[in-house]
Amino acid sequence: MKNQTDKPDYEKLVEDITGQNSSMCYQCGKCSAGCPVREFTLTPPNRVVRYFQLGMYEKAFSSPTIWLCAGCMTCTSRCPKNFKLSNFMDALREIAIKEGIQSGDKKSVAFHQTFLNQVKKFGRAFEFGFIRDYKLKSGQLFQDMDVAPSMFMKGKIGLFPHKVKGKEKIQKIFNNIK
Amino acid sequence: MNYGYYPGCSLTGTAKEFDSSVRVVLSKFNVRFDEINDWSCCGASSAHATNHLLSVALPAKNLFLAKQQGFEKVFAPCAACFNKLISSKHEIDTNKNIRSKIEDLLEEKYSSSPEILNIVQLFHNIGLNEITAQKHVDLSGLKAACYYGCLLVRPNDINGTDDNEEPTTMEKVVSAAGAKTVKWNFKTECCGASHSIAHTDIVEKLSKKIIDDAEKNGADLIIVACPMCHSNLDMRQLNIKKHNPGIKLIPVLYLTQLVGLALGIEEKKLGLNLHFIDPMPLLKSKLKIEAAV
Repeated sequence: MKNQTDKPDYEKLVEDITGQNSSMCYQCGKCSAGCPVREFTLTPPNRVVRYFQLGMYEKAFSSPTIWLCAGCMTCTSRCPKNFKLSNFMDALREIAIKEGIQSGDKKSVAFHQTFLNQVKKFGRAFEFGFIRDYKLKSGQLFQDMDVAPSMFMKGKIGLFPHKVKGKEKIQKIFNNIK
Repeated sequence: MNYGYYPGCSLTGTAKEFDSSVRVVLSKFNVRFDEINDWSCCGASSAHATNHLLSVALPAKNLFLAKQQGFEKVFAPCAACFNKLISSKHEIDTNKNIRSKIEDLLEEKYSSSPEILNIVQLFHNIGLNEITAQKHVDLSGLKAACYYGCLLVRPNDINGTDDNEEPTTMEKVVSAAGAKTVKWNFKTECCGASHSIAHTDIVEKLSKKIIDDAEKNGADLIIVACPMCHSNLDMRQLNIKKHNPGIKLIPVLYLTQLVGLALGIEEKKLGLNLHFIDPMPLLKSKLKIEAAV
């Protein structure tokens, strides 16, 4: 194990967010057996927990698995110890962003941050602005050129944001949390 | 007392046919409802993926708003919105620490929240007998695979689902509307959800498995109650077909659209013309659509 004295107490940070300690997990692997994104990553979700239990935090935080987690909660609903693994993954992402830890999956980070910026600015998600900003942020400029024109034709992508009364309050929520 | 209606962002854009079919179908059942005034985004996947307090606060703002506007029951057809609203309500009701943080953030005292329903639960509240009684069109030629995905059934301890592995509530609504349902294996498997944009390849692979299993078990359409599931299975299907020429295209309908068809509502009013996989050839061959109501 590495000496973690100069690092924040990650175990406590996660426990503050989720109300659970990672030592609850006894590594049966049932979560990884049912995980839909297991096949797209070299690190199964139970191993992320194991890294954490062993204090190998960098391995846990830099794993693309924490960002590939789709939040489907299959793991949480099947865990024999009632460990809420999807909440644990959420907490790891939250801490990774706050601590400025380099992500193993920049596209997902760009997606979430762009989405929330739209909500902060307008109070509701605004598809056109979201797609434009995501493309710029992620560099995926030519993505979805095949489906986008049909979406416009079907009137499914609004060109202007919705007007929501009280969006100042939403901005205040964002500002007070960050 | 009228229901409060929380459409959520998707139903004002990419899933606008879910919104129009909800409105027209509920009007036939004389369900009285009002859209919650000045509702805002629940934060969806992105808030819970990046900040726990934000993921409670954004839905909470709408719970407070609904309460102020006098709603005792709120329905959210979007499965993600339903999930976030009910999770936020659960956190505030059971975690004092979170509740006081939310009260500080929203600068309001919390008393209680309205009851939150998804669209399947709302149909059960309307009554399966009532759905059967209002049937105008025989849907018995259709074989539907009811796809719940994740957010209607998990986490199972708070959202009132009958079974998180083998739910049957949607099948009951589809049967009441007169269509046949198939037994299949992927009804609660994940389609990849919000990875649709950042990891389209993952979504296509996961959605293909769902489509494959529905077809293998004899379904000729998939029924959903979630805008993310719909766009992953419908909008992404042409590309899935491009990469897997073996699959047959299969229409994906919202539950409200299927019930609307049974009630004899005109296809355009249900937004059936807005899908990527056109359901009309299937519907024309399997149904005798009588005079529109």
